[in-house]
Amino acid sequence: MAQTPSVAQEQTSTPISSSHTITLRIARFNPSHDNEKQFMEFNIPYEKWTTVLEAILEVKKHFDHSVAVRYSCRQASCGSCGMIINGKPRLACFTKISELDSNVVTVEPMNNFPIIRDLAVRFERLFDSHHKIKPYLIRDDSELTSNEKEFMQSPEELEQYIQFANCIKCGLCNSACPTMATDSSFIGPQALAQAYRYVADSRDKGKDSRLKIIDDSHGIWRCHFAGSCSQVCPKGVDPAMGIQFLRGYLLGFRS
Amino acid sequence: MRESVIMKIHYGTALAAVALVAVHVLMRVTQGFAESLEYANVIANYQFLPYAGMLEIILILLSVHGFNGLRVILLELKQGRAYEKAVSYGCVAGMVGLIAYGSRTIIMVNMGMA
Repeated sequence: MAQTPSVAQEQTSTPISSSHTITLRIARFNPSHDNEKQFMEFNIPYEKWTTVLEAILEVKKHFDHSVAVRYSCRQASCGSCGMIINGKPRLACFTKISELDSNVVTVEPMNNFPIIRDLAVRFERLFDSHHKIKPYLIRDDSELTSNEKEFMQSPEELEQYIQFANCIKCGLCNSACPTMATDSSFIGPQALAQAYRYVADSRDKGKDSRLKIIDDSHGIWRCHFAGSCSQVCPKGVDPAMGIQFLRGYLLGFRS
Repeated sequence: MRESVIMKIHYGTALAAVALVAVHVLMRVTQGFAESLEYANVIANYQFLPYAGMLEIILILLSVHGFNGLRVILLELKQGRAYEKAVSYGCVAGMVGLIAYGSRTIIMVNMGMA
């Protein structure tokens, strides 16, 4: 009978054996005993298709297994591997080294999130804010009790919110937001974009309660419309636009 | 007061102040700029009731807009229940104080007490 190893071996999906190499600088920081983050440098071979996440996993496999990084799907669906790559918030699994146009790739934990260790950050504030805006359809009846089989929606009604439904809760928008950096109580672009996603949904009846939640001294009005959130979203969501639409509801320009 | 109501006031006072300050600045052009700022002319402006009324409205609009702007900046700078209460009440007090002091000046000059 074959013996099963107690810990699964980490495998990168594509073995890297190229003549091209880059210097990968990884921020190392452990809040329990470090005062400031330090960078460790590794020379990593890469192919045209090698992603930053694969390079980090190469480091873990061959050089230093203690590098802390969160990842899961490796196809920009789960939103786990957000980090600052060469100064910009990006998904590591969705960023090819070849498209960065640099011989040095620096990876750091996302801004505006407490660091657990190295590249892994805490998502509690993001998920709390997301949960606060009631991210679900609110109505008195349900598909089970209604005479109709499902709640009908026209393509035009779907068009109102569909791009906002692409959010994968990766937190890159919150990481890029300048207000998040100074206001620890700010609800954040991710939650505001999701508030718009449900307010604009023709099936939803919870507009008033959601608008009340975001109409707070640390809510929607603290957005300065820098637009960084929309710049960094890997799924093409435009939170800045959603926030302006929500303001339209609160100012009485939309109903 | 709901934040959306405060921000409606904030935007409204900004728009109204831009319009009235434009009138105020254009009044300098009706005569020579330097001449319009001479002591006697400034006093005459204050003693012309419609103009004094406009100055009073500008004072109120800019005080409300300015102190709410200051409140917003301070709320983003630091957070905490006690701090936020102090900032809100402090800004209202500052706004009322500035309007009272400015109104006193306008009324006194209008009545020829300066």
